[in-house]
Amino acid sequence: MTEQEKKDLAIKATKVRMGVIEGTHAAKAGHPGGSLSSADMFTYLYFKEMNIDPDNPHDPDRDRFVLSKGHTAPGLYAALALRGFFPWEDLKTLRQIGSHLQGHPNMNMTPGVDMSTGSLGQGVSCAAGMAKAAKYLGKQCRVYTLLGDGEIEEGQVWEAFMFAANYKLDNFVAIIDKNGLQIDGPTKDVMDSGDIAAKLRAFGFEVMEINGHDFDQIEAAFNKARETKGKPFGIVMHTVKGTGVSYMTNSVEWHGKAPNDEEYQIAMNELNAKLAELEAK
Amino acid sequence: MAEVKKMATRDAYGAALAELGEEKSDLVVFEADLAAATKTGVFRKKFPDRHFECGIAEGNMMAVAAGAASMGLVPFASSFAMFAAGRAFEQVRNSIGYPHLNVKIGATHGGISVGEDGASHQCCEDFALMRSIPGMVVLCPSDAVEARAAVRAAYEYVGPVYLRFGRLAIPVFHDQDTFRFEIGKGETLRDGDDVAIIATGLMVYEAVQAAEQLQAQGIHARVINLCTIKPLDTELVLKAARECGKIVTAEEHSIIGGLGEAVCAVVAESGIPCKVKRVGVNDEFGHSGPAVPLLKQFGLSAENIAKVAAEL
Repeated sequence: MTEQEKKDLAIKATKVRMGVIEGTHAAKAGHPGGSLSSADMFTYLYFKEMNIDPDNPHDPDRDRFVLSKGHTAPGLYAALALRGFFPWEDLKTLRQIGSHLQGHPNMNMTPGVDMSTGSLGQGVSCAAGMAKAAKYLGKQCRVYTLLGDGEIEEGQVWEAFMFAANYKLDNFVAIIDKNGLQIDGPTKDVMDSGDIAAKLRAFGFEVMEINGHDFDQIEAAFNKARETKGKPFGIVMHTVKGTGVSYMTNSVEWHGKAPNDEEYQIAMNELNAKLAELEAK
Repeated sequence: MAEVKKMATRDAYGAALAELGEEKSDLVVFEADLAAATKTGVFRKKFPDRHFECGIAEGNMMAVAAGAASMGLVPFASSFAMFAAGRAFEQVRNSIGYPHLNVKIGATHGGISVGEDGASHQCCEDFALMRSIPGMVVLCPSDAVEARAAVRAAYEYVGPVYLRFGRLAIPVFHDQDTFRFEIGKGETLRDGDDVAIIATGLMVYEAVQAAEQLQAQGIHARVINLCTIKPLDTELVLKAARECGKIVTAEEHSIIGGLGEAVCAVVAESGIPCKVKRVGVNDEFGHSGPAVPLLKQFGLSAENIAKVAAEL
């Protein structure tokens, strides 16, 4: 990846983070923490990795993305809006009556959303079903799903992983956002999931552990995923919850809380400063 | 009376899948390690590349089927009713019902007639659970002919459908050659104006027998088969309420949340003066035993329907 490409992605990721703040502030609700930890991944997926077309969101041959950790919809919505699936202004209608932007993703309401999710542990199974169907139908498309590191406490996640390995779904990529925090506290205190990469390997996955805020590493992981044949691919991405907003960084408090007007201003000032810094490079 | 041919609706399910599979290449089957019992094994034998084993993981299977449906396939996901509607309820609700995906849930071993396996496997709650999901069609065929037709209708219908089949071989009383099935339409099997017996599943044949018994007592009973529990054939139910003034419902399901309550709600809200009595499994669990005596013990018999109807 060239420095220019990396800079462009960083700028877009900063805008996605601004979209997260815009949405949750306007809604007075929502989940900024995990949306921000995944913002770089959302950006990379929608601007570099996936074969998608905002003008043809139902293209049967498109790549699919399932946000298994559906509560981080504000991050997904911001990436979709930035990519042109719907107007940026829509982000401010998040969670409002009449909005197509539901609290958790709805595939029948929001252009670009491939599966309705929100109940943890289910999206990953849906994604595995899509990958299996794509193989049966002889489609070349790939299926990506993003899970939280708290979400993997759900047993169904491991049922889905078994299924993906059993059917050798090498068109399936499971990304785990290991930001280390869940609602009740640090994940290692709430329910220690131990060595996630080792568990995935034991379930038959090819795995890479990366820094989820480093575009070179994200690119390397997807390249390796594409080269991997006969096995599903797992990406354990180490991230920091709340990245991009000082007072949300690595804070459990900001898992599911919206910024008030004052906090909104601080966040937007910080992100605007980041944007100016990147654009001046 | 001539010996009536008997067949379990689950056998008709397997046969219907195998038959439809010939015509429809987008029909695929997901199974949770019960292919020999749910009879999807019949389909697997014919179409091994379209029968996807999910192992003993029903929740995952339902969401996997949802994903496959979103890709344009028409999945039939099968397990016992207990696990399809019970264990996987939330996956059916959130991954199939909420996005209104085109998944058909083929649930076998519904009700008390599971028999020897006992209460853990005797699902008498599935109608209640599945009815409560917005947009879910709920079907419970009364014999093998209707089961076969219902499978085809479910395939043709676009949207989620729950089909309940039974383990026990039961009389086949519909005529394969003339039978026509439509989702949402009930079937009047016998006319009468003294009382209407509205039944579903294996209780339909019992209802017909009950009507015979009532006839001998001078009571003319109407018999209505409601294979479609949701959406309910309101018109037919209210016609019965108006013309008979007395209704007995009969189902191999808890009296809570099933066909009986659906009929009660429609009749009560109509303002038509009509007494309703529900025959079903009372608020209790089943237990082990051979299916036929178990059904009798739980009052799921022609004799009990006739008794309740006569007393109404």
